[in-house]
Amino acid sequence: MKKRYIITTAYIFFLMLPIYWLVSMSFKTTGEILGGFSLFPQEFTLENYRTIFTDPTWYWGYFNSIFYVTLNTVISVSVALPAAYAFSRYRFLGDKQLFFWLLTNRMAPAAVFALPFFQLYSAVGLFDTHLGVALAHALFNVPLAVWILEGFMSGVPKELDETAYVDGYSFPRFFTTIFLPTIKSGVGVTAFFCFMFSWVELLLAKTLTAVDAKPIAAIMTKTASSAGYELGLLAAAGTLTIIPGAIVIYFVRNNIAKGFAMGRV
Amino acid sequence: MKTQNNRAWLFVLPVLLLVAFNALIPMMTVVNYSVQETFGNNLFFWQGLDWFEGLLRSDRFHAALGRQFLFTGLILAIEVPLGIAIALAMPRQGGWVSVCLVLMALPMLIPWNVVGAMWNIFTLPDIGLLGYFINHVLNIPYDMTQNPIAAWVTIVTMDVWHWTSLVVLLSYAGLVSIPDAYYQAAKIDGASNWAVFRYIQLPKMKNVLTIAILLRFMDSFNIFTEPFVLTGGGPGNSTTLLSIDLVKIALGQFDLGPAAAMSLIYFVITLLVSWLFYTLMTKDDLN
Repeated sequence: MKKRYIITTAYIFFLMLPIYWLVSMSFKTTGEILGGFSLFPQEFTLENYRTIFTDPTWYWGYFNSIFYVTLNTVISVSVALPAAYAFSRYRFLGDKQLFFWLLTNRMAPAAVFALPFFQLYSAVGLFDTHLGVALAHALFNVPLAVWILEGFMSGVPKELDETAYVDGYSFPRFFTTIFLPTIKSGVGVTAFFCFMFSWVELLLAKTLTAVDAKPIAAIMTKTASSAGYELGLLAAAGTLTIIPGAIVIYFVRNNIAKGFAMGRV
Repeated sequence: MKTQNNRAWLFVLPVLLLVAFNALIPMMTVVNYSVQETFGNNLFFWQGLDWFEGLLRSDRFHAALGRQFLFTGLILAIEVPLGIAIALAMPRQGGWVSVCLVLMALPMLIPWNVVGAMWNIFTLPDIGLLGYFINHVLNIPYDMTQNPIAAWVTIVTMDVWHWTSLVVLLSYAGLVSIPDAYYQAAKIDGASNWAVFRYIQLPKMKNVLTIAILLRFMDSFNIFTEPFVLTGGGPGNSTTLLSIDLVKIALGQFDLGPAAAMSLIYFVITLLVSWLFYTLMTKDDLN
């Protein structure tokens, strides 16, 4: 029994080490970081965080990221809901092929799309807009959302739909007042995954933005190269990018494993 | 049983339009580039299949593809058994389960370039925690900007750190779905731990493990940001994986033709694996 706890604890310890180092570095001065090795911050400072919270380029990066990620989550979940319902309840011409085609877009390497996306979004005037990034991320998030939601919806017996129709419910009323509440944990998990993959993706977000919609993580790389090697500042910005993820994960903690299994445990 | 209804297409239409806009137009652009040569100024010349032929014979492409398969093979060989072992060791109930799950999922929620930057400062030879420990406590010379083997160990360790939890979470979800009665029956039969694993736990995890392995295969096959931030593909070309090479050719050298041809070959490989994935998944749905 004891061996079990050692394995779990050791693994979590291993996971926390690099995170600890990032957080600890964010409270150090650049002088201390470059001066040599220290396990804990010797001259504890909040200067790095102060720089970020007072400089608009920095904090706007956060707003930009949160803005397009939220937009993407809303778009992805709302278009995926009816589609997932169709896949889980009906057979229709070309359904299997369509589902497979959607799936391939979840698997497509982002690097393949970087350049054509840049040209496409410039041509339609969505370059450097939040909507542009949100739509681009829909490439992999919409298929994912359809997939997870379909898994959850297939777990709901069809008798629920039929009973509702017998009781005289119209489809929209059934869908919003009966069906959605039934699968609300599925919707929550799907929203979480859309949020997560849009939040962590950077290649497309960076390619599609210049100034106005630039994500925080891209500002980090830019600052890292232009303002010399300010590791403390970089660490503070990195630490702040972990927080939104940590918050949203708390809400879905009980369903997260099922979400990763696309509702197919 | 599902009912036949072609009006279901209406439900799928928004998804179809959105994904088609994102997938078909760029894909046509790529196909267009892959058969042409450009010298700038928007002048294009028909090139036929030359780029594809050249690419399939080029040592650089073979090397990048080889490194990609090595990377994907290594991380699968480590993450899958490790993930299963940790899932088996995790407590099944109690307040700690949620804490464990949240902590384990945390690395997956960090932006990918922050993951790269984090591992960079973690492994700096003299001032990073790991770098300092290996160099000055274990006294093993370690500098991933100089030594290809050190760079490989670092990117593989980083990926294990980043994604093993995915395998853990999925295996765990499979394990908790096993009814207690199965274990009691095994106990009465006097089954060994190994027999319980082999005949009860593993079959129950088969479904989720398939998903885990294929997701890890495909995501690691597409990996770009983390190793790019960490090593930039170096030292030399030693950690230049497929996506890194592709971005170097497309955005670095602006060789659109070869980059487009490479994208398509890359995409076909991913397509084959997706098909395998899909077949396995739908087979399970039928049972």
